[in-house]
Amino acid sequence: MKEENVIEVNQLTKTFGDFTAVNAISFEVKKGEIFGFLGANGAGKTTAMKMLIGISKPSSGEATVAGFDVYSQPESIKKNIGYMSQKFALYDDLTVKENITFFGGIYGLPRKKIREKREQLISELGLENISNKLVGSLPLGWKQKLSFSVSLLHDPKIVFLDEPTGGVDPITRRQFWEMIYKAADQGTTIFVTTHYMDEAEYCDRVSIMVEGKIEALDTPKKLKEQFKVDSMNDVFLKLARIPSPTLPKGKGENADCN
Amino acid sequence: MSISLSNISKSYKKVKAVQDISFDVNPGELFGLIGPDGAGKTTIFRILTTLLIPDEGNATVAGFDVVKDYKAIRNSVGYMPGRFSLYQDLTVEENLTFFATIFGTTIEENYDLIEDIYVQIEPFKNRRAGKLSGGMKQKLALSCALIHKPKVLFLDEPTTGVDPVSRKEFWEMLKRLQKKGITILVSTPYMDEAALCDRIALIQGGEILEIDTPEAIVSQFPKTIYNVGADNMYKLIQLLQQYEHVYSVFPFGEFVHYTDKRDSFEMANLQSYLEKEGLTAIHIESTKANIEDAFMELAR
Repeated sequence: MKEENVIEVNQLTKTFGDFTAVNAISFEVKKGEIFGFLGANGAGKTTAMKMLIGISKPSSGEATVAGFDVYSQPESIKKNIGYMSQKFALYDDLTVKENITFFGGIYGLPRKKIREKREQLISELGLENISNKLVGSLPLGWKQKLSFSVSLLHDPKIVFLDEPTGGVDPITRRQFWEMIYKAADQGTTIFVTTHYMDEAEYCDRVSIMVEGKIEALDTPKKLKEQFKVDSMNDVFLKLARIPSPTLPKGKGENADCN
Repeated sequence: MSISLSNISKSYKKVKAVQDISFDVNPGELFGLIGPDGAGKTTIFRILTTLLIPDEGNATVAGFDVVKDYKAIRNSVGYMPGRFSLYQDLTVEENLTFFATIFGTTIEENYDLIEDIYVQIEPFKNRRAGKLSGGMKQKLALSCALIHKPKVLFLDEPTTGVDPVSRKEFWEMLKRLQKKGITILVSTPYMDEAALCDRIALIQGGEILEIDTPEAIVSQFPKTIYNVGADNMYKLIQLLQQYEHVYSVFPFGEFVHYTDKRDSFEMANLQSYLEKEGLTAIHIESTKANIEDAFMELAR
């Protein structure tokens, strides 16, 4: 089971003018794997992720996601993946139920299936009492858990999580990770970016991008051995230290900045 | 006291943003407000910087009352809000000159205070602020907050969304500013940054859970914590949650932090329970509590 690759990336590159945002990165992600995609702000993570989810065409190289080619089948990719980020999750002006129904519709699920999924999801998350409340009125942690569940509505093979737990309280952050483990255990591949280095330790494997290149890729345990340190935080600090001041960069970087 | 709050409360319509908050910050102290989004951190900053009037309670900053003496406070504090709030259409240098002028000073007069921060962005001094990278914006905002040599510096989530390398550099800058005699109140959702403060207030849902030094807070943790590891993390968490003597289970990096209800906990019992349930590569050892453990225990 675990040997099937759901993401295959070979020499993938993206340039903006004469700036190379993503520089010939190569890696594979297996079915059911939790893959951590780390890097400093401006290292090229967001640009790489945009290519993998089919919304940005690579300049060169190859990649398939859920078996589909990023150049010729971006629409098929979008149908077969889930996506959530800290910045965009759900519609604040729709209720919990409406959000689930809306996204079910977007993913093209039949009405009956949407109804089933909606009931199941609301009961699993314990949201029965607030299912008719506007999402905007929920605490951030609940929103993020709901948003993650919604990204799994259409049973995607892979879910992409872009800093899913930023600003969330520590208990909810852990409940969120338990949901991630559960999804992975059921065979969903998780592709996640985070600035919390303890979360990097939760991943099966971690890649670290530095200035457009993948400079390290292994299990957290092996990375710590390789760099002779005790934590992923120290691995990151050893690898990702960019000479300061950082040079000005092209528009590829802006996506990563606030 | 550089900063003193007593029984401060503030509501927005029905939402109680902060309730009955009291704490003091000593001159020259680096004091951290540690808590997640929605804890009330920004409301406290706005009250202390005179941008918001509290419903109840009193507060002083640098000896001035936040309501009566608001003009005096505005001249003696620096404030870096959570959102980038400089003029995007002005260049780096123009922004800095603008803030210096408003406060009746010049860049040259207080240059020594900002020098080690500003030199890092000086190569881009003719670039518009809106075109800077996240890290550079942060350094410019800090320079602007310091240019009038404030007695007290307020930093609202300066490192949120910032990678670990830039966060580390930022905290090194704060330590150097503290040595120059500036009192600093800083907020952060990153629990690991708590250890870098002299004292901290843990805050959640508008209420303070605890105020003390980071060392004292972790040393008061009431239970022994065990690092538990095994080959299957998801199954391990589930099994520990189902264990009859469980008190708490939280994933922590490569291990799970487990605490037991009993005083007489035997590692061997837990080991055999997990083995019986089919886990392998089981690892159990006692470990020290950290700020995040303490926060979660207090927030229970």
